[in-house]
Amino acid sequence: MEFGVFVVRLGYLVAALLFIMGLRRLSAPRSARGSLAWIGWGMAVAVIVTFFLPAAALPNLGLAALAIALGGGLAWMAAARTGETGLRQMLAALSGTAGGATATMAAASLAETGDQGLTVTLLAVLGGLLGAVTFSAGIVAVARFRGAGTIRFGSQNQVSALVLGLALIMGLMLMGDYPAHTAMTITFFALAFLSGALFMLPVGVSGLTVVICLVNTLNGLAVTLLGFALGYEVMIVAGTLVAAAGSVLTHLMGTAAKRPVGRLLFGPFGDSGQA
Amino acid sequence: MTGFIAVYIFMLAAFTGYGMASGVPPSLHRPYLSGLVLINGVVLVGAIALLAYADGFLEQALGFVGVALAAASVMGGYLVTRRLLQASRSGGVDE
Repeated sequence: MEFGVFVVRLGYLVAALLFIMGLRRLSAPRSARGSLAWIGWGMAVAVIVTFFLPAAALPNLGLAALAIALGGGLAWMAAARTGETGLRQMLAALSGTAGGATATMAAASLAETGDQGLTVTLLAVLGGLLGAVTFSAGIVAVARFRGAGTIRFGSQNQVSALVLGLALIMGLMLMGDYPAHTAMTITFFALAFLSGALFMLPVGVSGLTVVICLVNTLNGLAVTLLGFALGYEVMIVAGTLVAAAGSVLTHLMGTAAKRPVGRLLFGPFGDSGQA
Repeated sequence: MTGFIAVYIFMLAAFTGYGMASGVPPSLHRPYLSGLVLINGVVLVGAIALLAYADGFLEQALGFVGVALAAASVMGGYLVTRRLLQASRSGGVDE
């Protein structure tokens, strides 16, 4: 193994270890306060070593640094302007943002023409679907926190399931070799975004955080799938941690709020909206 | 990376995450969720890598947007987790 690659992979290993240690500490009141430093350093290590990937185009690395400054700066300003009561809303927005990043990456690897194999396409399609659902669910959740009402109509579950099914079929068709590849990719993402929003429409404010936890879990799975597709171990480990811990947390939060997740999403009238 | 080793990583990491989250007390639910959002920001690694090897405008544009979104979720996730941890402490953590 080339030395540069070795350093990058070693950095990812350290980052994965720091994530596990940090998450472990975050789960107990006594150690929770110090846990953030572990996770933060893990993220810093993972990001910094990525800049040392061999044979990367230097202008592109400059663009990456610019994008980090832009995205990080905007989030910094948003966090500074958010009061204590707005934190839930910000959390929903951030979950959506991470989903958007996942979907964008999946789109980029789907747009890459050439022989990348069916497995990579399948992983990118599934990851893109989950990421897009997380993104639009986050947007609807933010709107709901800002006062938008729930929307219900007849056969809602069936319509949501139909759109999700169509998105999946369109995604699987991307594995084939059709001339209208770009148009199909766009349709796939449009359907995926739509289905995420549809599933969120009947969820009332009191159940939002639980559902955000659920879609964040799905996004963890998406990160794992993209980690498989692109071959980055740290994404596989971190995404899987989020998916596993998130599914447990979704259950815990739903139980604590006496709102089982299934009823929030698929109940006859969704959530009643009464806290 | 061969497929089976990747699946083994997946399996072991899943049990690690599953075991860790089962004892989270209610006072830490929200900080924990926020921490998970922060860790999901690791997609930033893949986004930087995609942008680093991008050729052509479309890939560069998608990579740029992806990196910016992921960086926002990392930075925001860090700050929100910190605030929530402070809040859970001052509000009296039930141990």
